[in-house]
Amino acid sequence: MKTDLHEQLIKDLLIESFEGLDSFDRDLLALEAGTGGPDILNRMFRVIHTIKGTAGCLGLQKIERVAHVGENLLSLVREHKLTVTRAIISALLRYADVLREMLHLLETTRSEGDRDYSEVLQLLRDLQTPEAAAPAEAAPAEIAPVEMAPVGAPVVLDEEVAAENGWGLFDDSAPTPTPTPTPTPAVPLSVTPAPAVPAAAVVAAVKALPKVSVPSAPVPVADAGAKTSVAETAIRVDVAQLDRLMNLVGELVLARNQIAQHLVTSRDAGLQAVAQRLNHITSELQEGVMKTRMQAIDSVLTRFPRIVRDVANELGKQVRLEMAGRETELDRTIIEAIKDPLTHVVRNSIDHGIEMPDLRTQAGKSPTGLLFIRAYHEGGQVNIEIADDGAGINPERVKQKALEKGLITPDMAARLSDREAVSLIFLPGLSTAAKVTNVSGRGVGMDVVKTNVERIGGSVDIHSELGQGTTIKFKIPLTLAIIPALIITSGGERFAIPQVSLLELVRIEGPDGKNGIETVFNAPVFRLRGKLLPLVYLNRTLELGGTSEMTSADDVRNLVVLQADGRQFGMVVDAVNDTQEIVVKPLGKQLKGLTCFAGATIMGDGCVALILDVLGIGQHAAVLAENRAGTNTSTAAAETTDEGNRQTLLVFDAGENSRFAMPLSEAARLEEFPRGKIERSGRREAVQYRGAILPLIDVANQLGRGPGIVSPDVLQVVVYSDQGRSVGLVVDRIIDIVEEKVVVERHGLEEGILGSALVQGQVTDLLDVRGVIRRAAPAFFTVAPSL
Amino acid sequence: MTHQFCTFHVADFLFGVPVLNVQEVIRHQRMTRVPLSHKTVRGLINLRGQIVTAIDFRQRIELPPLATGNDPVIIVIRTGDGAFCLLVDGVGDVIEVDDSTLEPAPGTISSLVREMVTGVYRLKEHILIALEVEEITCQPATVERVC
Repeated sequence: MKTDLHEQLIKDLLIESFEGLDSFDRDLLALEAGTGGPDILNRMFRVIHTIKGTAGCLGLQKIERVAHVGENLLSLVREHKLTVTRAIISALLRYADVLREMLHLLETTRSEGDRDYSEVLQLLRDLQTPEAAAPAEAAPAEIAPVEMAPVGAPVVLDEEVAAENGWGLFDDSAPTPTPTPTPTPAVPLSVTPAPAVPAAAVVAAVKALPKVSVPSAPVPVADAGAKTSVAETAIRVDVAQLDRLMNLVGELVLARNQIAQHLVTSRDAGLQAVAQRLNHITSELQEGVMKTRMQAIDSVLTRFPRIVRDVANELGKQVRLEMAGRETELDRTIIEAIKDPLTHVVRNSIDHGIEMPDLRTQAGKSPTGLLFIRAYHEGGQVNIEIADDGAGINPERVKQKALEKGLITPDMAARLSDREAVSLIFLPGLSTAAKVTNVSGRGVGMDVVKTNVERIGGSVDIHSELGQGTTIKFKIPLTLAIIPALIITSGGERFAIPQVSLLELVRIEGPDGKNGIETVFNAPVFRLRGKLLPLVYLNRTLELGGTSEMTSADDVRNLVVLQADGRQFGMVVDAVNDTQEIVVKPLGKQLKGLTCFAGATIMGDGCVALILDVLGIGQHAAVLAENRAGTNTSTAAAETTDEGNRQTLLVFDAGENSRFAMPLSEAARLEEFPRGKIERSGRREAVQYRGAILPLIDVANQLGRGPGIVSPDVLQVVVYSDQGRSVGLVVDRIIDIVEEKVVVERHGLEEGILGSALVQGQVTDLLDVRGVIRRAAPAFFTVAPSL
Repeated sequence: MTHQFCTFHVADFLFGVPVLNVQEVIRHQRMTRVPLSHKTVRGLINLRGQIVTAIDFRQRIELPPLATGNDPVIIVIRTGDGAFCLLVDGVGDVIEVDDSTLEPAPGTISSLVREMVTGVYRLKEHILIALEVEEITCQPATVERVC
C-alpha cells in the first residue's frame, strides 16, 4: 500500500517536473531575449522550488541537492543581486538538463543514478559570486544599490538547509520576493545581457529606477498566484481512456439515430421533446470528446527555441527561428510520433543547412540564418515545413558520397536528376556533412526520420536549392482529426470531400446543363467564368456505375470545383448533400494502396463513408499531371520550384508531323463542326457560329505545313476571341491540355511560331496565335479597336 | 499440446482460426463498398465506432459467391495490424484439437489457399483446415491493381 502511494507520488513528480522544466527552459530563453514578463523569475524559481521540495519529500536526496544549488543561483538573480548573463543562462539550461537526466533515470530505473554532476554544480556555485557571473568592471555597480540585503546568505544556505526546505512542496507561495526593508526589487526588468555600460551610468540608471517601478512591484506576485490556480484546472487523462469514451459516444450517436427513426411513427409529444434534448446533448458530447483528443502542434514546436539556441551556440552559428501555425491541431498520438523526426530535421537544418556567419556574409546573406517552421492543414493532412535559408544541398556531392559508400552505381548516378540526387539523403548511411559533429553527420538520421514518418502513414519530401536553402516538407495524416467536409453522393454512395480542397459548387441547369460541358476528345471540360475547367465524373473514375451522364429528363448537374496541388478541376457528382465535421479514420492496411481515398468516416446514421483524396482522384482521372511515385520526378521538381512559370497549354496537331501548343487561356472555346457546314466567301472559309460568322484559318496551311491526318467529316476548331470578334483556328487533332513549366527556345526561323519547347517530353512548336491570325486576316486586330 | 480453434464453414470446407484471434462474431450488416479496391474486399463496416475492412472469404479462395438470400456471417478477427472482418457461410463450434492429429497442408491444394494454411487436423468426421490470420488479408498478387 505504502509503495503504491510512493510510486504514484513519484509518477506525479515526474510528470509535473518535466512540464515544469519545459516551461523553465522557455522562460530562460525569454529572459535571455529580454521578452519575458515581470513574474518570469518567480515562475522559474517556483518550478525549481517545487522539484526540490517534492524530491525532498520523497527522499530523493540527490535530486534535492542538485535542485538546491540552482535554486540558490536563481534566488540571487531574482533578488537582483546578480545580473543575468549569457553564462548564467547557459549554466541554468545545463542545470535543467541535469535535472531532466536524473528524472529520466528515476523514471526508468527507479533510482536517482550515480552520475557525477559536480562540474555543473560547481559552475552554478561559481556563478553565484558576481565576479564570475558578470564582467568584473560592471559588477560592483550592479550590486551597489542592494547592499542592504545580506549578500552572503544564500551561498551559506547549502546542504543542511535543504533537508529542512524539503517540505516546501506544500509551500508554493514561498517564492514571494523576500520582503527586504529597502526597495530592492527596483529593477525587475533590468535583465540586461552582459552589461558593457560604464559603471557610472549604471549606477545612475539604477538610482533613477526605484521611483518608477516600486508601485508595480506587488503586481507580479498577485499575478503569479492567479496563474498557478489556472494551471490546476487542467488534469491529465490517459489517452486510452479517451479512446474508449470516443467509441462509446459513437455508439450513443447510433442509438440516438435509431430512436429518431422510431420517433417518426410516434405521436407522443413528450417523447419527442425528450428525444430532441437527447439529440442535442449527444451532439455536444460527441463534439466535446472529439476535441479532447486533439492537441495543438505547439506542444512540439515549443521545444524548438531551446534546441535551436543550443545547437546554434554549439556550432557558433546565428539562427533566428520563426514559427507559424502553432495552433494547428493534430491527434495526440501523432504529435508524439513526429516529435523526434522534427527535432532531428531542425538540428540537421542548423548543422548542415545554415552556414557560419562569415560565410553567409560572403554569400551576401544576413549573418543570421533563418529557420522557418510552418504547420498547416491541407486536404485532410497536416503539412509541416521546415525551411532554412542556408547553403542548400549540392546534388553532386550527395551523388559522390552515395557512390563512395557504394549505395548507388556510377550508372545510376549519371541518370539521377538533381531532385532524385537530393532525395538520396534519405538512404541509410549517408551523410554529407564534411565532418562528423556533435550534432549530426554520423550517417544515421534522415532515413530514420523517413521511416518514422512513414510508419504513421506520412511522407517526407525534400526540396533544396543550392545556395538558397532547403525545405523539408512533412505530410502527416490526421488519423483522428476532425475536419469540415462536404458530403456528396455519386453512384448511390456517399463520399466526404475535405473542405480545404473545395473552391465552389456549381449547379448547371437548363440548356447549360446540356451545353455547358464540352469535350475535348474524351476529356470533358466546363467553361467557368471564361476559364476551361477539366472535369472528372466521379462515378466513372471510381467505376461506380450509375448515371452522371445526361438523361434527357433531367437537366441538372452538380459540379464541385476542387483544388489540388495548386490546380483546379471540376468533379461531377449526383447530389451535394451537406457539410459536416467528420472524424477521419484510417483505412485498414488492405486498402492502403488506394490513392483515391484519404480515409473513412462514420456518418450520422452509422454508415461508413469514404473520404476522397482530391489529389489522388485528380491524378487517377489524369486531370492533374502524373507525378505519382516518382515516375516523373523532373516535372515534380519543376512544379515545386517554379509555380509561377507553369503554363496550361493546349496541345494539338496541325499538318504533317507538326505538334503545336498554345496557351489555353488564348482558346475561348473548342468546337467541332461537320465539314459540310463550311461556307466559302471568296477564298475565305467560315462557319455560322452562335448567330455570327466565324472565319476559319487553317493553321497548317498558314504555316505551310503539309497535310496531316485529318478526320474526314469533322473539323476541329479552336475559337479565338478578341474584343468581341472571333476567329476559328482549324487544327487536325486536339491532343491534350497539359500544365507544364515550359522553357521556350526561340529560333525565329518561322513566322507564326514563337519557338520550340519540350511539352510532355516531345518537341512542340509554340504557336504565335496573334501572328497567325494577323497574317491570315490582317483586319482582325486593326478594325476591332476602332469599334 | 492442444489448440483451440474457432471453426467456420465455407462451401463444404471446415476452417479454423485460433480462438484467441477472434474478437467476436456478428450478424451480417450493412457495409460501404470501396470502389477500386481488391475484389476480396467486400466493404467497410462500422464496428462500434471502429471502421473495419470486410474480407469476403469466398472471394479469397476464389469460390463463387453465396446464393442470394443467404447472408454471410461475420467473424471479427484481431491481428497485429488491427481488426478485420471475415465473411463466411456460417460459424461452427470452438473445438480443441491435439497436435498429434496435425498434418502439413497437402501439396495439391491451390496456391491461393496454401499460403494461409498452417496445417490440417484430422477430426472424427471432418478435416479442419487451420488458417494463419495474418495471411488471410493478403491480396493475391496476380490480380492486384494499382489505383
